[in-house]
Amino acid sequence: MLKELCQKMFSRSLWVYHANSGGCNGCDIEVLNVLTPFYDAERFGIKLVGSPRHADVMLCQGPVLRPTAQALKRAYEAMPAPKLVFAIGSCAGGGGIWYDMYNVLGPIEKVIPVNFYIPGCPPRPEAILFGIAVATGRLDKKVAPVQFKQVEFPVPRYHPEDLREEDGMVVYEKLEKV
Amino acid sequence: MSFLSKIREVMICLGAGQVTLPYPVAAAEPVPERFRGRPLFNAAQCIGCAGCANNCPAREILVFDVCQEVRIMKYLGRRCTYCGRCADLCPEKAITMSREFETATQTIPDLQQNLELFMSTCQRCGRCFTEPGPLEQLMLKGYRFDALAEERWVYRSQAHLQNEPLVRDIDIELD
Repeated sequence: MLKELCQKMFSRSLWVYHANSGGCNGCDIEVLNVLTPFYDAERFGIKLVGSPRHADVMLCQGPVLRPTAQALKRAYEAMPAPKLVFAIGSCAGGGGIWYDMYNVLGPIEKVIPVNFYIPGCPPRPEAILFGIAVATGRLDKKVAPVQFKQVEFPVPRYHPEDLREEDGMVVYEKLEKV
Repeated sequence: MSFLSKIREVMICLGAGQVTLPYPVAAAEPVPERFRGRPLFNAAQCIGCAGCANNCPAREILVFDVCQEVRIMKYLGRRCTYCGRCADLCPEKAITMSREFETATQTIPDLQQNLELFMSTCQRCGRCFTEPGPLEQLMLKGYRFDALAEERWVYRSQAHLQNEPLVRDIDIELD
């Protein structure tokens, strides 16, 4: 009875561990902004915890650096089994503008599997809240891949007024002037 | 004394009213006037000059020339810092910085924009242009074959890379 009640009450309360593997603190400040009364993420049951062993969700900021890769992987392995990873910011999601530097391994998905990406540099607090709402199933995602393909040539390739017919063949007049 | 202060605190809290935004339920507050969100590519106006790709600080607009007349421009979106340089540079104003920030997804390809463009050739000789000197050729204006799968620029010529990988990462022991 108590167990069912607990499962019902805590089914959507995510305990969050906040890991920065070498970011610039911009995304950290936005995450802290989400926890303030103005954006109040605690109404969704989200709580910041100090240890990965207590956490359900890891919020990762910053690219994976050479010294922090091992630490990030250990922190991920220390989390109990149903676990989510949020990559917040363009550094965590794709490496940022430092993606190919000598000490940067790249995005965090090279070390740990990532479940949700929240792009932005830094993302707005609303964007982080939107990511949380997508993860907990309250809202649907709004972006989709864009594919565009030109099917016909946009400009005429040769000037058609320079084409003339000669002995059953089409001759391009400008060629002779070269 | 402390009881009175508690009562005063309660009065202050009640007087403050509600400050929390109802965001994920209601619509978001309008973003500031100069907020830069996700860049949107207008493929009908793009001429494929690759100026945005050359000037992107995150090197995340990739250019791949399939053949002489078809060029693929791929905006990855994953490491974009929304600096707006591409929109500033674009000679045709084909890139606009939208105010879109609700871009959280489960998969990275949702953020990508892929344009497949026809390129014009020289109307005299039918070939594309090559830059006159070696310094101009370094500015990556000619044919480009970026690694679309690895999502990286390829800085080197592909002529001598039969057995080597095009791009390489640093090796770190994780355990």
